[in-house]
Amino acid sequence: MRLGLVIDLDVCVGCHACAIACKEWNASGTIGPLSDYQPYGAEPSGVWFNRIRHYEMDEYPNNKTVNFPMSCMHCEDADCVTVCPTGASYKRAEDGIVLIDQDKCMGCNYCSWACPYGARELDRSSGTMKKCTLCVDRIYDQELPVEERQPSCVLTCPAHARMFGDFDDPDSAVSRTVRERGGFPLMPELNYNPTNQYLPPRRKPVIPVDTQPKGGLKESIKQFANKLVRR
Amino acid sequence: MHPAFSVIFFTVASGAGFGLISLLFIADFFKLGGSFSNDQLVAGGLIAMALVVFGLLSSTFHLANPKNAWRAFSRFRTSWLSREGVFAMVFMPLALIYLASIMFDAPQWLRVISGFLTAMMAWITVFSTGMIYACLKTIRQWNTPLVPANYLALGYASGSLLLLVGAVAAGLDTTPYIAMSALIVSIAAVLKAIYYFWIRSPGLTPTINTATGLTRAKVKLLDTGHTHGTFLTQEFGFQIARQKAGLLKLVVFSVGFVLPGLMLVWVFNQHGGQAAAIVAACAGIVGAAVERWLFFAEARHVVNLYHGAQRC
Repeated sequence: MRLGLVIDLDVCVGCHACAIACKEWNASGTIGPLSDYQPYGAEPSGVWFNRIRHYEMDEYPNNKTVNFPMSCMHCEDADCVTVCPTGASYKRAEDGIVLIDQDKCMGCNYCSWACPYGARELDRSSGTMKKCTLCVDRIYDQELPVEERQPSCVLTCPAHARMFGDFDDPDSAVSRTVRERGGFPLMPELNYNPTNQYLPPRRKPVIPVDTQPKGGLKESIKQFANKLVRR
Repeated sequence: MHPAFSVIFFTVASGAGFGLISLLFIADFFKLGGSFSNDQLVAGGLIAMALVVFGLLSSTFHLANPKNAWRAFSRFRTSWLSREGVFAMVFMPLALIYLASIMFDAPQWLRVISGFLTAMMAWITVFSTGMIYACLKTIRQWNTPLVPANYLALGYASGSLLLLVGAVAAGLDTTPYIAMSALIVSIAAVLKAIYYFWIRSPGLTPTINTATGLTRAKVKLLDTGHTHGTFLTQEFGFQIARQKAGLLKLVVFSVGFVLPGLMLVWVFNQHGGQAAAIVAACAGIVGAAVERWLFFAEARHVVNLYHGAQRC
């Protein structure tokens, strides 16, 4: 099994609900708590497993905002695991999930240096490195109904921009979607072989945006008067 | 990359210590300049080991959870950080055997073999320190064989300058020590120059396009999604102005290489210029420390592509 996520960049609306759901679940999960520093102070910061960035691709009038959620890619060739001196970082053979044993980590930050995706964050209160667990304490929970045995971020996404599944199975929903939509990994040139895949934004017709024609003398006077009037 | 002072102190001090003890063995074996007395060799060896031990201790200060530091020896097969720790631990007893065999006039074969193994292990440990950084594919300024070469050259340069101080203080013929220092310092300078030349051009590195997979158009970051800094921006966001970096490179070369070189001439001309030898050693070590700070400061991690950089 090779469990991972598919993230649809065409559908993601950038609401950060996945990040909030992730924090909510994992703060009390196996790897929690996820410490916050000055949550209501001047410089709020803290540990998050999932962060959403917002990009703009191309230029006006062909520009498009792309919301970009990122968490651990659970790489096949995870350098974060090989560089770990203590053996705290490990990749599970049975499902490919990369985890950190909090009892072994010495907080040297070396794994975060090896990760190109910024998936690992040091919890300064426990002094240990923390990262996305793919909700390992949820996806195997026999107490939950089958449809809820998915990572929190996937369950909560209001736009259904996230999918969870087994990439080793060529007929799984994630494998099929990646095949059909031309899914891609991030920074493939570094050869980390990330499991998580991203679906590209679809091509959409360009909406014509004609500039407003000039209104003539009357319109200019009106605009000039509007500028003078203090509202 | 954020330059952590504990790591800078560790790499500079332990590099000098490892360099000093391996060159001490060479000086002992070839009886350079009329040979140190046994007591002097032991004193030099202990100074080298103190540098190594203090360096290793200081390296634990950058750990967020040092109580698990003992586990760092467990992943010898994959991690260079672990290997460095293991090699340093193998080095210690070997160096102690070597120094003991000098002190207690052990048979020559034991002294030579333990000394040779100590020098080898010192070399391997400094190489491992360099490989900790050189094996990271995420930082192009580090991912080059020049990094372990630089670590070795600078460690040995500092060590050779320290050894020269010892040779001057012991009143030996300093010529072989000056020649050794001059050679190693100039090799270190040349290697560092090649390194600075090499990292100037970005080459084939990840860009914001490959980082996002949006490769068909210009991409720019609109929002990082966090209100204040994160661990990632604190650890990797550090950036040094190009002008300042250039100035510091000048400092590295003038203080770290040129000044010790001039002082070597001084020691060579005036017989027994102890002050000049001390200045050379201090300058060499200060230069190495500035070089190490710059080594961290100039490193740009690819995660910066997710925080606005166009290429790293």
